[in-house]
Amino acid sequence: MLNIALPKGRLGDTAYACMARAGYECPALLEPNRKLTFENPALGVRYFWVKPSDVPIYVERGAADAGIAGKDILLEYAPDVYELLDLGIGKCRMCVAGPAEFRDDAAKTLRVATKFPHIARAYYSARSREIGVIRLGGSIEIAPLLGLSDVIVDIVETGRTLKENGLAVLEPVADISARFIANTASYQFKHAEIRTMCERLENLS
Amino acid sequence: MSGAANTPERVTRALRELYGSYGYAPFKVRKFEEYDLYAENKRFLASRQVLTFHDTDGRLLALKPDVTLSIVKSAANGGGLRKVFYHENVYREPRPGEGFHEIPQTGLECIGALDGYAVGEVVMLAARSLQIIGGRCVLDVSHIGLVSGVLDAAGVDESGRSALFRAVGAKNLPGVRQLCRELGMAAEHAAMLERLVALYGPLDETLPAASALPLPARSRAAVRELESLAAQLALYGLDFVNLDFSVVNDVDYYDDIVFRGFVEGAAAGVLSGGRYDRLMARMGKPGGAIGFAVYLDRLERVRETPADYDADVLVLYSAPEDVPRAVETAEALVRSGETVRVERAAPEGLRFRRTVRAENGEVREC
Repeated sequence: MLNIALPKGRLGDTAYACMARAGYECPALLEPNRKLTFENPALGVRYFWVKPSDVPIYVERGAADAGIAGKDILLEYAPDVYELLDLGIGKCRMCVAGPAEFRDDAAKTLRVATKFPHIARAYYSARSREIGVIRLGGSIEIAPLLGLSDVIVDIVETGRTLKENGLAVLEPVADISARFIANTASYQFKHAEIRTMCERLENLS
Repeated sequence: MSGAANTPERVTRALRELYGSYGYAPFKVRKFEEYDLYAENKRFLASRQVLTFHDTDGRLLALKPDVTLSIVKSAANGGGLRKVFYHENVYREPRPGEGFHEIPQTGLECIGALDGYAVGEVVMLAARSLQIIGGRCVLDVSHIGLVSGVLDAAGVDESGRSALFRAVGAKNLPGVRQLCRELGMAAEHAAMLERLVALYGPLDETLPAASALPLPARSRAAVRELESLAAQLALYGLDFVNLDFSVVNDVDYYDDIVFRGFVEGAAAGVLSGGRYDRLMARMGKPGGAIGFAVYLDRLERVRETPADYDADVLVLYSAPEDVPRAVETAEALVRSGETVRVERAAPEGLRFRRTVRAENGEVREC
């Protein structure tokens, strides 16, 4: 039996669709109820929904053998897991964004608002740029508008939210998509099951 | 009594016996060291955070986050081989943001004029350490020189190298492909790297596949070392050793054979080690070194059976005159192998298999 952590929300729905197409369906998952775990014993899978940023925690600590997590979360938390497959879903970009006419004044510390402080620090320290990270929980786009920060580091899908708020992508940081990840110990002891699942998912695309 | 099967104490005792039986001597180090030792070798440490304090004379000291550095530091410059094992607490942050923890660690080091046999012996002891912990276990072995050789041939620079090793360590094949493209690696080298990274399986079955590749000289030498290691491990009858290139440790220090051990039930590797000749060179010591550590804190939850009772028998007494009777009963129970708790009144929140009461010179079940 493989325990699979799926991210709640839109990405999770697409991720489950992938799993189902790969032959690991679990119809109970789609029924409207408040259950948190769903099992298909015949196929040897048990799914559970968790907060997207918690998926790597469940997998790293072995509560889940495998899971589906966004590359953004993996870059931010750098969990000790195997990143076996790029599922090619949930594609977007991690970007530095700010007012379209923004000019970086190198004499000042750059104020960066973000939900991803680790990614922001790593990106700017590779460029030897001194920054002050302002950690926010959401609605990041508003920070430069109100003068809370100079720029933001955030996920950009279509760029519409940015545009409507007079912001633009200044620099791309990384391409993001959903990854199939596995616990390092489960990979040893449930090797055949995890490899089979990985190959079936790979053959979808 | 329940639950005592996999305590760190039981495992530590058995590991000591194992290491001792192959002539490894116990090694005791101080709880703290000069901070400089760690500052100069930060990359060797599993966590960069070090707990520091000032000595009475103002020198900066650190509670040791690692034992290997202390052992290497104390190594003599003479010839021969030094074989030691240790059981110490180390102080470090297991994961970022968790704060410092005291972590019990057992390990061994083999330092000096290393040869193939000594390397094989240490890897064998690592494998047998996993068997002692019990249940199904796997020892993943790799040789940094194999992948490094390909990167040398492809002319990959330092930063590209560490990014590639990170991707290899995460078995991130798409990431490896992307990096090879970004670094402008020749197609033949990229393809070879991909083939290597995808290899996983029993050492003796997988090595021929690696050997069949048109490898550069350094990689080929690494394959030969792994082949002789595999041959020696076969003599010991160890059949749970895999070739797995995702074992990378820190390539700044480990540039040779590396390994990581897993036991079923522990969520992450419980044993990690490798050959760290580069650290020896950095610290001005002659010869090579190989060693490993067992992370005993990660065994706490392996096949634990929760204790159903706090003690087998609760022996109650009421008046001071009943104490002799209670003592007699408790002594008899302990002699027969049961655990007892002697109390005047039943302690709150504890559970016992049965309860007896000593009263008026008699003992009765209640």
